[in-house]
Amino acid sequence: MTVDYQRLTFEYRPCAEQSAAGAVHPVVVVGAGPVGLATAIDLAQQGIEVVLLDDDCTLSTGSRAICFAKRTLEIFDRLGCGERMVDKGVRWNLGKVFLRDQLVYAFDLLPESGHRRPAFINLQQYYVEGFLLERALELPNLQIRWKNKVVGIERRDEGGADATVTLTVETPDGTYPVRARYVVAADGSRSPMRNLLGLDSKGRTFKDRFLIADIRMEAGFPSERWFWFDPPFHPNQSVLLHRQPDNVWRIDFQLGWDADPVLEKSPERVIPRVQALLGPEATFELEWVSVYTFSCLRMDSFRHGNVLFAGDSAHGVSPFGARGANSGVQDADNLAWKLVHVLRGEAPDALLDTYASEREYAADENICNSTRSTDFITPKSQVSRVFRDAVLTLAAKHPFARTLVNSGRLSVPSVLASSPLNTADTDAFAGAMVPGAPCADAPVVVDGAEDWLLSQLHGGFSLLVYGHPDDLDAESARQVAALCGQAGAPRMLFVAPDGHRAATTSDMALACDRDGVVAQRYDAVPGTTYLIRPDQHVCARWRAVDAERVMEAMARAQGKRLTEAAPAAAETSACAEALAA
Amino acid sequence: MPLITAPNLARPDDFYEALIDMHRDLDDAQSQAANARLILLLANHIGDHETLLSALQLAREAETAAA
Repeated sequence: MTVDYQRLTFEYRPCAEQSAAGAVHPVVVVGAGPVGLATAIDLAQQGIEVVLLDDDCTLSTGSRAICFAKRTLEIFDRLGCGERMVDKGVRWNLGKVFLRDQLVYAFDLLPESGHRRPAFINLQQYYVEGFLLERALELPNLQIRWKNKVVGIERRDEGGADATVTLTVETPDGTYPVRARYVVAADGSRSPMRNLLGLDSKGRTFKDRFLIADIRMEAGFPSERWFWFDPPFHPNQSVLLHRQPDNVWRIDFQLGWDADPVLEKSPERVIPRVQALLGPEATFELEWVSVYTFSCLRMDSFRHGNVLFAGDSAHGVSPFGARGANSGVQDADNLAWKLVHVLRGEAPDALLDTYASEREYAADENICNSTRSTDFITPKSQVSRVFRDAVLTLAAKHPFARTLVNSGRLSVPSVLASSPLNTADTDAFAGAMVPGAPCADAPVVVDGAEDWLLSQLHGGFSLLVYGHPDDLDAESARQVAALCGQAGAPRMLFVAPDGHRAATTSDMALACDRDGVVAQRYDAVPGTTYLIRPDQHVCARWRAVDAERVMEAMARAQGKRLTEAAPAAAETSACAEALAA
Repeated sequence: MPLITAPNLARPDDFYEALIDMHRDLDDAQSQAANARLILLLANHIGDHETLLSALQLAREAETAAA
């Protein structure tokens, strides 16, 4: 049975709190979009009671965000709904760029195998929200209140241990107060929460208009991202063609700043544009049409007392690069475990400052990438246009120029290399799994069945130890035993080439690196140890397991060492430098 | 690799002649396009980011100093 998620409406139900003041909720999330739903699910899965407020009673209208990246799918896996997304979504790894009617080059976003998830799936936002919502409804400690609109905020005892936030919530039955220790504002780009606090999101608005025409048709195009610069059917502008499930195709036409946004949405204007691309005999129906402009914006700080901003409320990017919804879900991923640790009393409130700093860094990276793409797609000056065209002309023949073609640098997660939660390397390592990097996936075998490394990292902190637990030398065995006996120690996961051989102590999680991919991606040899955060980012690594160092790194990753002097030589990305310049 | 500003061209006069010759029979727009392609080809050959930044800065300075 196919559910039409765009047409679903959810009933407003009065709650007890409306008639009698309730207790202080640990967390209230505002906004039941992808980011709010992901945050609420993540919190509830980890045992936190959550109230999710939404001012409306429907899911997304129109396909909106359609590209969901590998890292986001891995997060959805952790939230228990990745498989549904991937089953429904259109998988793709290949992109093609055309100049006029010539193929300039093609790129493969996931050139290596051995990852559970593809580089991207395309899936209408209403499916993503629908699947997240259905997952949310399975969680008894997650309460969704539709038609609950926040119209007032009061922050009390800010900075103290008893700090709370009181929201005034408007419903069909009048207003009532909701009190919470922490509030997550995931209420979208126009964020009423941001406005209520008198805050703004600043940046650059681009003077260009784009038309989205989602059309339904039977077509033989492959599941690839096709991007045209200056195509004969839409001269001087760019066009993007992309496939979605249910035979829906996204066509994105650049229109220029002078286009009339109302007129351009009319079928009389849209249909000829689509026919110019598909040919006059093509049969299709218009599914959804929208004309948009965009801005690259961000709030100065994602944390304001006990109110934390996530997703579009905190930052906005151009759509080229699929960095909006993807980065928002990554905000949720970063925030939820920190809230859980603080609420359980396992970490200081200051850990939440690192949500802000890590995700502000990621937002800058996303804004930088999306601004660069926009400048390439929409050159802002004559000389910029000349260089753009020169790049495209050279790219057809010369591989070097293809690296400069920028039709969108598609979303990849940030490496949080300068995070104060990382413990700096003291041992030599090669490869990409530096402290701050999101863990790469790899195929493993667990209990005789093929599985994936990331699926073994669900839950809290993990300590990945490379080697078979039965083959540890005496000193390592002593260190492992010391860790096993400690409260608050990370969950231990052994990964070994001969991990199919059962361990004598059966309480050890053990995975088999049959193909050696873990060894290769993590530069791992027997004894290599990685401490991994609940959001699957590396935070420390060593060549031998040492209980004391592990517990110290764990304390650092929980924000218990933040008052110490920040590590010198904080790395800044090329993007951050470029933005500062 | 610092940007070389001391004489380094193997055959300066021949190079200059070839450079001007590259633009023969091109209109202004074509010349601009050819120049842009030339810059990109040379930049890739140099490769080193710091060296390129020094060249960009020197090229711009001449203009802003004159203004």
